[in-house]
Amino acid sequence: MGSAFVYGDNVDTDVIIPARYLTTTDEKELAAHALEDLDPTFVERVRPGDVVVAGDNFGCGSSREHAPVALKGTGVQAVVARSFARIFFRNAINTGLAIVVCPAAVDAIDDGDSVSVGLATGIVTNHTKDRRFAADPLPDFVMDIVRAGGLVPWVRARVGAA
Amino acid sequence: MTAATITEKILAAHAGRDFVRPGEIVMCKVDLAMANDVTAPSAADAFRRMGVATVWDRHKIALVASHFVPAKDIPTAKLMTRMRQFAIEYDIEHFFEVGRGGIEHILLPEEALTLPGQVVIGADSHSCTYGALGCFSTGVGSTDLAAVWATGEIWLKVPETMKIVYSGRPAPWVMGKDLILSVIARIGDDGARYMAMEHTGESIAHLSMDSRLTLTNMAIEAGAKSGIVEPDGRTLDYVRTRQEATGRRRPFDVFTSDPGADYASVLDVDCASMEPMIARPSLPSRSVPVSTVERRRVDQVFIGSCTNARIEDLRMAAHVLGSERIAPSVRLMVIPATQRVWKQANDEGLLDRFAQAGGSVSTPTCGACLGAHMGVVGPNEVCVSTSNRNYVGRMGDPTAQVYLANPAVAMAAAVAGEIVHPAEVRMAPPSSEDEEVLVVG
Repeated sequence: MGSAFVYGDNVDTDVIIPARYLTTTDEKELAAHALEDLDPTFVERVRPGDVVVAGDNFGCGSSREHAPVALKGTGVQAVVARSFARIFFRNAINTGLAIVVCPAAVDAIDDGDSVSVGLATGIVTNHTKDRRFAADPLPDFVMDIVRAGGLVPWVRARVGAA
Repeated sequence: MTAATITEKILAAHAGRDFVRPGEIVMCKVDLAMANDVTAPSAADAFRRMGVATVWDRHKIALVASHFVPAKDIPTAKLMTRMRQFAIEYDIEHFFEVGRGGIEHILLPEEALTLPGQVVIGADSHSCTYGALGCFSTGVGSTDLAAVWATGEIWLKVPETMKIVYSGRPAPWVMGKDLILSVIARIGDDGARYMAMEHTGESIAHLSMDSRLTLTNMAIEAGAKSGIVEPDGRTLDYVRTRQEATGRRRPFDVFTSDPGADYASVLDVDCASMEPMIARPSLPSRSVPVSTVERRRVDQVFIGSCTNARIEDLRMAAHVLGSERIAPSVRLMVIPATQRVWKQANDEGLLDRFAQAGGSVSTPTCGACLGAHMGVVGPNEVCVSTSNRNYVGRMGDPTAQVYLANPAVAMAAAVAGEIVHPAEVRMAPPSSEDEEVLVVG
């Protein structure tokens, strides 16, 4: 369970991690600047287990994998959005950032609400408002990658690596 | 035989299938896998963890120094070193060092490495650009790209296609940039999310390859997976010219959409009545005709990026500039996209004209477009840019305000010192007797 940080539509990868910080690929260094240009106080307020909640087209823009890596590095439990931009969606699956498509939950979560996300069950719970929502299921193919632990182990299995 | 779109046919051919349907997930063989100095280092790390001895095909990988080049500091020099070491270790054939390449999305078509009918995967979101040649091309992140390096394949969800039908000869001062900005203004920043945007209609014949590449370049700004234009005579002339010039003569296949193919939606766009567009801060969808926008004082004008830094763009900018000088209050940055564009612009005297007018001319780099270096904007500054994104903080300080426009509008702002219609600076667009030189109506 964690606190919800609620943002709007089109949260782009340039505000998730500005290009001036792409000089590193280190998760912790990137996490120190996550969402800095959208919410300068996010990094100091966020705690492990918190949840980022947003509207449509979350992660639009650049293909920089640094974006999901930076968010993952902050320890957030998941990102719950009305929809995700496609490259960010793939990057999150590949790097192990939990993402959940659940428009109904987004509509019913206010900033600071206490939220938990059941990744196995696909249930988003707003404990503050005592409401539960079923997330849109991911395609089976994509769930295989999630269950493998990301794209690297998935490829290792495919190529028969030990 | 099932009627199919050009995109469905290309994906089917690469998946070993007779046909594919939108929504299904297929494994496709990849013809070219590209990364740059920002995305290659992470891809190299992921690749080394994938448990394969070497890359699937060292001839089908392109590594391009484009973003933080020339290196701006020690950390970015290290990123380049990581990419260079990977290129050496795996004997990558197409590695483009600083001074021998440029911005990948303009470079690879020039180098005849992206061809009609291919599946091209790039670790950069503007990899959708290559679709102007009639190939399927899309952007991915570093780990996806590493998987292609390891296996030669990628999983793709077959996209639905949005068909855009452009009619009429493009109006004066209207370029490829204006067509795509007007589409994004209508459908929104995610109006084509997960889709292929297929650009069709009689107007396409009036567009040079340079303008077509701008059209497909910004598919991602509508959330699309890809943008594509069916090859025509001009496409094939361009491809064959580049194949001759580079000596790279890989065979390729030309695909076209069937008349009865299914489209998720069809959008009609009248180019004859169009005006040059300008996207207001801070989303590409906030595009409006330039004559309707507030005349704002401008601090910086940037003519560059994978969207608009081809020779046609620089010629247009030089035409609008004429023998004027840049307004004293404006900084003009001109960054030709590739070494080849730079040399051609130099031979034609364009770079000298920009410099004589008080503009800064630099070596190829993505630089200013993403606020990386070579033209970062400061607090509250106003910039007119020929690039593709005007998001908050994209080009520098989060309080800066970025407008997106074609190179004629950008140069007009540099001369006037404020946002104006190019006709206020220069009476008429260049004559279009030679449509390869300039495409405007």
